[in-house]
Amino acid sequence: MELKEQEKKIVIEEKVDPKKFLIKHSVTILFVIISIAAVYISELPVFFVVNSIITRVTRNAFLVLALLIPVMSGMGLNFSITIGAMAGQFAIIIVTYFGITGLWGFVLCALIALPLAIIFGFFVGALLNQTKGQEMITGMISSFFANGIYQLILLFMVGTLIPMKMNDMMLSSGVGIRNTVDMKKAGLSYAVDSIHEIPLFTLVLVVSVGFILFNIFKLKTAKHDSSLKVKKRYVNIAFNSLVFIFGLLISFTEMLPRNIQMLEKITVPTVTSLLIIALCFFNVLITKTKLGQDFRTVGQNRHIAEIAGIHVNKVRMLAIIISTVLASWGQLLFLQNMGVLNTYGSHVQIALFSIAALLIGGASASKATISQALLGVVLFHTLFLVSPMAGKNLFDDPMIGEFFRAFIAYGVIGVSLGLHAWRKTIKGQV
Amino acid sequence: MPEVIKDYTRKIGLPRIIIAATFVFLFILAFFVNLPVAMLVSNIIRRFGMYGVLVLAMVPAIQSGIGPNFALPLGIVAGILGALISIELALNSFWWALIIAIPIATVVGYFYGKLLNRIKGSEMLVATYTGFSVVSFMSIMWILLPFSSKEMVWPIGRGLRVTVSLESSFGNVLNDFLGFNIGEVYIPTGLLLFFFGMCFLVWVFSKSKSGVAMKASGDNPKFATASGIEVNSYRILGTILSTVLGAVGILVYAQSYNFVQLYTAPLMMAFPAVAAILIGGASANKVKISHAIIGVFLFQGLLTIALPVASQVFAYGNIAGVLRMIVQNGIILYALTKVGGE
Repeated sequence: MELKEQEKKIVIEEKVDPKKFLIKHSVTILFVIISIAAVYISELPVFFVVNSIITRVTRNAFLVLALLIPVMSGMGLNFSITIGAMAGQFAIIIVTYFGITGLWGFVLCALIALPLAIIFGFFVGALLNQTKGQEMITGMISSFFANGIYQLILLFMVGTLIPMKMNDMMLSSGVGIRNTVDMKKAGLSYAVDSIHEIPLFTLVLVVSVGFILFNIFKLKTAKHDSSLKVKKRYVNIAFNSLVFIFGLLISFTEMLPRNIQMLEKITVPTVTSLLIIALCFFNVLITKTKLGQDFRTVGQNRHIAEIAGIHVNKVRMLAIIISTVLASWGQLLFLQNMGVLNTYGSHVQIALFSIAALLIGGASASKATISQALLGVVLFHTLFLVSPMAGKNLFDDPMIGEFFRAFIAYGVIGVSLGLHAWRKTIKGQV
Repeated sequence: MPEVIKDYTRKIGLPRIIIAATFVFLFILAFFVNLPVAMLVSNIIRRFGMYGVLVLAMVPAIQSGIGPNFALPLGIVAGILGALISIELALNSFWWALIIAIPIATVVGYFYGKLLNRIKGSEMLVATYTGFSVVSFMSIMWILLPFSSKEMVWPIGRGLRVTVSLESSFGNVLNDFLGFNIGEVYIPTGLLLFFFGMCFLVWVFSKSKSGVAMKASGDNPKFATASGIEVNSYRILGTILSTVLGAVGILVYAQSYNFVQLYTAPLMMAFPAVAAILIGGASANKVKISHAIIGVFLFQGLLTIALPVASQVFAYGNIAGVLRMIVQNGIILYALTKVGGE
């Protein structure tokens, strides 16, 4: 009898309440509206917008996905991915110095970045274990601190303490690395992107078919899903079918208006996309392992985890190390697409932009999913791309757009972290 | 003997000893590399007064329990508004700028204090991003606000200049007031008087009834609540005081620098102030006024002297800037490890 009542309760709770849905996703919905409005106001051609967004998404998605594991482990948003990015940049400088070019040069970068990132992650992890409850501010300040050390090494130790043959990467005085390291010359630019490219809508077709088949498979096999979950799967299938039909129309017919039909020509770098998809799978699969469960348990309650016999500090350390390593690779992918390493600038804003993107996607400091990360990257970079033009058209001043996007990035982080802390205090009072 | 040393290190704090030792070392080095020591000393004194009030702004914040005020840009923006409005209205005086800035800072501080009461435990992080967002929001405002004084707006185009000169208004008013030379060392009497006057005011306040209550609510909120102190309203009071001091601080800074810096200039200004008070011996929840005075002297002194000495020893690049980054953030990290561990 009691059991039945409980079941009833669960079913009631699971009903989709449109009001609750709106509140829960208010941030994302707001940004979808702002993005669409900004695209419209900017009057930029659709082809240009979509093409640029695709470039930016493939460039940044890996970095944003690197944030997920620390969130799961209850350490909040990892502001120290900047330090991982530094590991990647050290690797690029070393590889460029020894003149190893092309794809193998890039693979070597990834291999060199790995131990560096592990060591950096170890230090950050140790520090964060000392400052439980203040991880995010510690992560942020430690990335500022590390930036000082990074500059000390690359500006003053290279050529003095660290012997280095004079070459055109270095400043004319023979000490320190130049402001920019040209990766085109070093053959590292587009090392991964240029391996193979496929039309965007071919990828869209493949992915949407994948989702449809996956959901049908799940519907057939998992009988014990709650009614809500089943509904969600149907919605998912319907949505992906629409996407699939749209993809077919663009790829194989000439029915759509010209400016949309042009989208057919957009391509995406195959290997980069595959790497991003692989990282998504990694993030899903790790939750099925013992380690992933430990991340979750520690994230939910450190004390209970401790009692359950989990080495909390060790698990937290691992979470940060994994995130740092992924960030260093993410930075490598980012830079090979940019084609130029801005030695003292490329890493500085990485954490800010990645975190803002994740939060715009609807994540919080305690819960973040892959779809939020991907959606967030798209929305954030749409805004980023069009806001200077929108600012110019609206206020006759492109600077307003630039300040506006900085305001959005800082503001969304501030508001989201504020709400997160507010919920925590309310919970603490109860 | 080692016991005595250990005792001292604990009392004074290791980072403070290291920084003081570096400072003394660099100072001696300056003699040996034949730097104009008199000019260096003048510079140290000037920068001591210039940054003093901004660092002092940390005192009421830490006392009231909200921790180091990383949202100092709120006060700074209020101070800048005061300066701009006073120039726009052709009042052109330091005191008018203060009179306009303080009410703005009070209102801003009140609402910000209310916000902080809802997010206890995460003040530092939220404060940082509140500061950042306000600076970028005000950057938009500096373009859109209807200022028209020729001193401040671009001759062509829209918005305020990146730096507004105070030459014809209140540049250096405090520095020049009763200033005199001892040998070649210039003493900016007015600046120092103003800074120590502010320290005195904060000291008087901390001895008053509400000052004591504010300190109590910061030291031990639970005990304070039990003794009938309204912790939340004292936290708001501390935030208001800190924001107001931030506004006063930026005006002192600007008159000494001779320019008001707009747009992204205030973005990172909280960090050196926080670092200075921590170097002075404060922690995230304990502070004295002497910490502000010692801290700003050591930190700004170190930075002033590091630049010429470093460029003598090491001819390339801006090693002093890198050093500042490492010291400043290192000390904040050190302080954070003392707060953490719930």
